[in-house]
Amino acid sequence: MVRKKKDPGASGPVAATAVVMVLYITDSGPNSVRAVANLEAICKEHLQDNFRLEIIDVLQYPLRALADGIVVTPSLAKLFPLPTATVVGNLSDKSDVLRALGIVE
Amino acid sequence: MIEPKRGIPQYLPKNATGIQGFDELSYGGLPRNRISLLKGGPGSGKTVFALQSLVNAARQRDEPGIFVAFEERPQQIIANAAGFQWDLAALLRRKLFFMDANLSPDVVQSGEFDLRGLLAMLQAKKEEMGARWIVFDGIDVLLTLLQNPKSEIREIYRIRDWLAKNEVDAAIFTAKIDGHASAIANYGFLQFMVDCVIQFESRLDCGVAMHRIQVTKYRGSAFAKGEYPVSFGSGGMEIAGPEPAEIQQVASGERVSAGFERLDTMLGGGLFVGSSTLITGVPGTSKTTLSGKFAEAACGRGERTLFVSFDEGADRIVRNLTSVGIHLKPYLKSGLLRMYSGRTESVAAEDHLVKLKALIAEHRPLCMVIDPLSAITKAGGLAAARSVANRFIYTAKERKITVLVTAINEGDQPETEATDLQISTIADTWIHLSYLIRGGERNRALTIIKSRGTQHSNQVRELILSDAGPMLADVYTAGGEVLMGTLRWEKEHEERAKTLQRRSDFDQKRVSLELAEADTRARIKALEHDLERQRVELAAYFSDDEARMVSSSDREKSLRRIRSADLAGRATAGTATPREKPYGSNGSRKSGKKNKPEARDGS
Repeated sequence: MVRKKKDPGASGPVAATAVVMVLYITDSGPNSVRAVANLEAICKEHLQDNFRLEIIDVLQYPLRALADGIVVTPSLAKLFPLPTATVVGNLSDKSDVLRALGIVE
Repeated sequence: MIEPKRGIPQYLPKNATGIQGFDELSYGGLPRNRISLLKGGPGSGKTVFALQSLVNAARQRDEPGIFVAFEERPQQIIANAAGFQWDLAALLRRKLFFMDANLSPDVVQSGEFDLRGLLAMLQAKKEEMGARWIVFDGIDVLLTLLQNPKSEIREIYRIRDWLAKNEVDAAIFTAKIDGHASAIANYGFLQFMVDCVIQFESRLDCGVAMHRIQVTKYRGSAFAKGEYPVSFGSGGMEIAGPEPAEIQQVASGERVSAGFERLDTMLGGGLFVGSSTLITGVPGTSKTTLSGKFAEAACGRGERTLFVSFDEGADRIVRNLTSVGIHLKPYLKSGLLRMYSGRTESVAAEDHLVKLKALIAEHRPLCMVIDPLSAITKAGGLAAARSVANRFIYTAKERKITVLVTAINEGDQPETEATDLQISTIADTWIHLSYLIRGGERNRALTIIKSRGTQHSNQVRELILSDAGPMLADVYTAGGEVLMGTLRWEKEHEERAKTLQRRSDFDQKRVSLELAEADTRARIKALEHDLERQRVELAAYFSDDEARMVSSSDREKSLRRIRSADLAGRATAGTATPREKPYGSNGSRKSGKKNKPEARDGS
């Protein structure tokens, strides 16, 4: 379940290299819905098409999430570039998310 | 599940934790399909309790469990539990799953989150391994991250609903809640929502950490109300649960030797099998010697024996006992005797009990010595030590171990012991050793203060130690004072001399009486001879007289014949009869003459 977002009309500081992320959600839970929306907005604004995002529904793939060390949902894992980082929550605080992704506003 | 105990109201099905003492005080364990909250300060034993419940469920009933660790890393928890003989490594393959639910400190939080994902993962894992127990360890850490009291309540409800839907046998939450202060805003709500709350506490009691456990809430069930001491042994946590109200120990009528014969005699034949004996006394009154003698006698009967001493090495005790003729070495070598020397400095009384129980389980003794039991009061509070002493005695009785314990009392009044460990009331036999100072000597005295079910001696005995072992000597009382040692020896000599004197006096008297008797007999003999002689003389005299009479009557007859006179009428009437008689009994007179010598011969 990989979605790639591409939006050429983005503005603001952008990541230098492609960012690899995994977002763990639980289907239609309010926090999950909000997290997807928030992340999409951030990507659109700061990453343009320079990212790869995988969204995993924990309800469907619980053992995968368990193996990945996920505790709560929603959780966003940045795998690349290093260092890796994890953000939990519905990603409503944009600046925290950007910092975790290595994008300095 | 354990069967509901008879006589105890039971509304809820329960799951036994297998933790010694807890299932008793909670009347069956944790509530089934419900949440139990373990609360308490750091290091109070919550995690051990939770993990031990899982381990027991997995090992004893083959019920797999999941441990969700919010606070510590699973590796840490596993490493910490390595001290217990739980064989976690084997369980981890199939029966026990640790979920690392630690949020790394690097994790950035941005906005609200929930536990939907976590529960989905747990559900998958639960189904995969068939888990029936779930522990959420350090749930306070997770709830604190939620940052919002409303979210906390919402997520707690989410867990509860999930647990109810998934029919988890038992769910355990642990939370650091110290007293009334809590990091969780909804601590009150959490307590309200769960069905069972168990409070853990660790506090310093006279410089030694004491662990306690108390069930503060148990919805729909009775439970033992009170704080119970917790100890940690190789098997994990152990709770000194409430003792059964009814004591069901079988009393044995069989007796064993208390060490040596005279003491057994004083005790009316020895100690009952499975009984407990207390020896009190100030230092140096030979408590250890008597203990050693008891142990030696037990080993001599071929009974496995455990000798526990405190603050003194076993080697030293064995050496010292050898000097009074008690030889334990051969039994130590053969393994019949196990000696253990414990330190008492900064060791909680509870831990001593755990060690003692472990030693009993390991050696399986029939007889046991603790010298001195009062050493367990050295560290920690007296109340705890008392409780431990009591429980030790009960434990020993349950296992039918004949126990001899010693206790030091500082004063020389046995009554002061009662204020110390207070085991004199539960001990079956109480022997008190004391010193008596008199005549410039200090001598040991042994008294049996009590011995239940026994006609025991009420007399004070002097305890004498020699290289032949301890022995008892009678004591003398003189002028209301007890004589011992040299004074007793002197008195004994005096008594012996008196006895000898009495005996010689008696002999003398007897001899003189015998002589007197012989003398009298001799005199009787002489007199008898006289008597006989006199009889003979008398008889002889009679016969002469008759002879004379016969001759005179013959003469008269012949005279009458010669004169042809009839003088019968002139003769006196008085003489007529004697005249008739000799004529009438002429024949008999002759035989009479004949008979007389015969009779004389017979006399």
